[in-house]
Amino acid sequence: MTTASTKTTKTGAAPPRRARRGIGGGRERLVQWTFVLPMAVFLLLFFCYPVSRNLMMGFQQWTVASFYEGGAPFVGLDNYVELVTDPVFGTAVLNTALFTAGSLSFQFVIGLGLAVFFQRRFPLSGVLRGLLLLPWLLPLVVSGAVFRWIYDEGFGVLNQVLLGLQLIQDPVPWLSSTQYALTAAIIANIWVGVPFNLVILYSGLQAVPASLYEAAALDGAGPWQRFRKITLPLLRPVIAIVLMLGLIYTLKVFDMIMVLTGGGPANATETLTTWSFALSFEEFDFGQGAAVGNVLIVIALVFALFYLRSIRDSIRSEGGPR
Amino acid sequence: MWSLRGFVEAIRQARSGRGERHPTDNRTPAGKTPAFGGVPDSRGNRAPTRVVIIGLAVLLVTAGCAGGVRSRDPNVVIELDHYTDAAASRQFRAVLDRCARRFDLRIQRQDVPTDQLMPKVLRDATAHSLPDLLFVDNPDLQTVAETGALTELSQYGLSGEGHFSAIVEAGSYRGKLYGLAPGVNGLALFYNRTMFERAGLDPPETWQEMRAAARTLTRGSTHGLAFSAIASEEGSWQFEPFLWSNGGELDELTAPESVRALEFWSGLVEDGLASRSVVNWNQNDVIDRFASGHAAMMINGSWSLSALDESGTDYGVVPIPTPSPDVAPQVPLGGEVGVVPETTPRRQENAARVLGCMLERENMLDWTTDHAYVPSRVDTAEQYARDVPAMKPFVTEVATGRARTAELGPRYREVSQALADAVQATIAGSTSPEQALERAARVAETAD
Repeated sequence: MTTASTKTTKTGAAPPRRARRGIGGGRERLVQWTFVLPMAVFLLLFFCYPVSRNLMMGFQQWTVASFYEGGAPFVGLDNYVELVTDPVFGTAVLNTALFTAGSLSFQFVIGLGLAVFFQRRFPLSGVLRGLLLLPWLLPLVVSGAVFRWIYDEGFGVLNQVLLGLQLIQDPVPWLSSTQYALTAAIIANIWVGVPFNLVILYSGLQAVPASLYEAAALDGAGPWQRFRKITLPLLRPVIAIVLMLGLIYTLKVFDMIMVLTGGGPANATETLTTWSFALSFEEFDFGQGAAVGNVLIVIALVFALFYLRSIRDSIRSEGGPR
Repeated sequence: MWSLRGFVEAIRQARSGRGERHPTDNRTPAGKTPAFGGVPDSRGNRAPTRVVIIGLAVLLVTAGCAGGVRSRDPNVVIELDHYTDAAASRQFRAVLDRCARRFDLRIQRQDVPTDQLMPKVLRDATAHSLPDLLFVDNPDLQTVAETGALTELSQYGLSGEGHFSAIVEAGSYRGKLYGLAPGVNGLALFYNRTMFERAGLDPPETWQEMRAAARTLTRGSTHGLAFSAIASEEGSWQFEPFLWSNGGELDELTAPESVRALEFWSGLVEDGLASRSVVNWNQNDVIDRFASGHAAMMINGSWSLSALDESGTDYGVVPIPTPSPDVAPQVPLGGEVGVVPETTPRRQENAARVLGCMLERENMLDWTTDHAYVPSRVDTAEQYARDVPAMKPFVTEVATGRARTAELGPRYREVSQALADAVQATIAGSTSPEQALERAARVAETAD
């Protein structure tokens, strides 16, 4: 599309040809629109409409009766006031922050470690790398169900192993105690997120020229120095992207927590997403559910802006789009 | 509609242009953007692309028209329920079909999983395309009735006469009858007969006996008792018999009776007589633990009978233990009620005829026997208790059972959620029963 338009406007030979074809210019524009149209329709239908509808619902008292009769009175900021005064709000915000920070930092560190490890060539490295992708390919509901079984207090593998190694005296109630449930959910989510970090960081590492390492080694730089002075600085744009995308993904994690604990026990793993679901589809208070969703959208939007900024900067520093 | 007209225009142009095009045109591709991205072949022919486009346009136009008015045959009764497991589904279908045949109607049955039923009902309500006959979990009747989409059963000559009063209460919204069911269910105590005999124990009747039996039978990986304390309706529904038989009430959660009931309930876990995992178990998980011998007793409903028979467990069933022998168990009434949403008079009438037929003595008896439910008519239930001895404890309990929504109406949903959270906070956290129930009571006060 871009190439077509630049050609017609910038090529010197264009005007006479356009004149010869008469209405051909309109046709060309139509062609351009035909390419944009599906995307535009898609965005309008599946993105703009739901989001704007959700924003509206956040200001409405939307109950079950609204579904049948259609009317839902506007109540201004009532939903938000009620949310903020709800004791679950603080828990949900804190849990969301802990869940995101915990998942993200460990996913990144482990992913980076593995990416550096796989940079060396050794037998079966390709196979191993492929196997490490598995957690990412599995549906979250499946990995959640498996983790539920691993964490089971009485029969779970994790407790059996820890007991066998004499690391604990009594089985740990991973998912059935308010004390451990969030940690358990974070660990499960880290496992799921490592491959994403590994793949992106690994491909980032491929772009680092090997000659730099050779030169550094000749200058007497040790492995840690090479990592700090070469790998990290050159990887910085990729790291920014990985962290930003990871943040946006993790903020909206829903399935994992839903399968593991459903937000419980006693709201111990309630995040903004699970709370929004509970408000909307368990308590049928759709106005408040939408309001929680809006809070989440705003948070994600802030980080999305950072993300866009960071890729703009990185594109600029590399001298324009490639 | 500019886009569609433009589309057709472009097609026409592309068509007429085909004959006129000079062969040399192909040599100047820079100025010649192929229409719609179709790459010309050696003869400059882009026919396949064009066919696709015309096809798409036709599809678009027809799709726009087809989505319009669709008239429905009033002699087809659309029915929606959540009996998705194979046996229950077959049995329910059989009763529906039998009743439909009698009035020369056809049944178009839809079944969705339990947790998807209410979202589907709300979606259908938005589009005003509710089914003609709908079976919802009885506390949800309040939610559906609140929308104003249901019709009163009295206008079809259906009444709750002869039914257990608590069942009629469960089917009522603001004092008017909207739902009735051929059968209901309740909770009871299941015990592993082998374990009890080996330990020389009798099935418990009181809380103290149940606790003592649980203590004796808790050994190794086997717990004395299994129940569900999940943070949803299932969790509060399992706790309610204990709350009520101790004199507690849903609208008096901070009363000492309510607090003591929760103390007893969470104490079972605290003392290791029940697994801490109960906070994550739904009632099917509870059946699994009991059937695999990892629990000596369980609280569960009559629907688990068939699963237990299949597993070959030697079990017995007794009514839920109460604080003292002279208190009758007060179980919440479970099961689904049939309601007739507002459609057209003719369709409503037909749906009500089918529902009325299902409530007839013979049909009621057939279905409840197949389905391990308790008939909702008093006289039918008496005969049923004689015919099906295994169901006797359930029949006894339904007579003294309570409707969950009787006092709270539509507020029940929120209060029940708060109660389930309180149970979880006490069992899984360090919150005391008083604190947990106080918090729940605050939520209950603001419930709307």
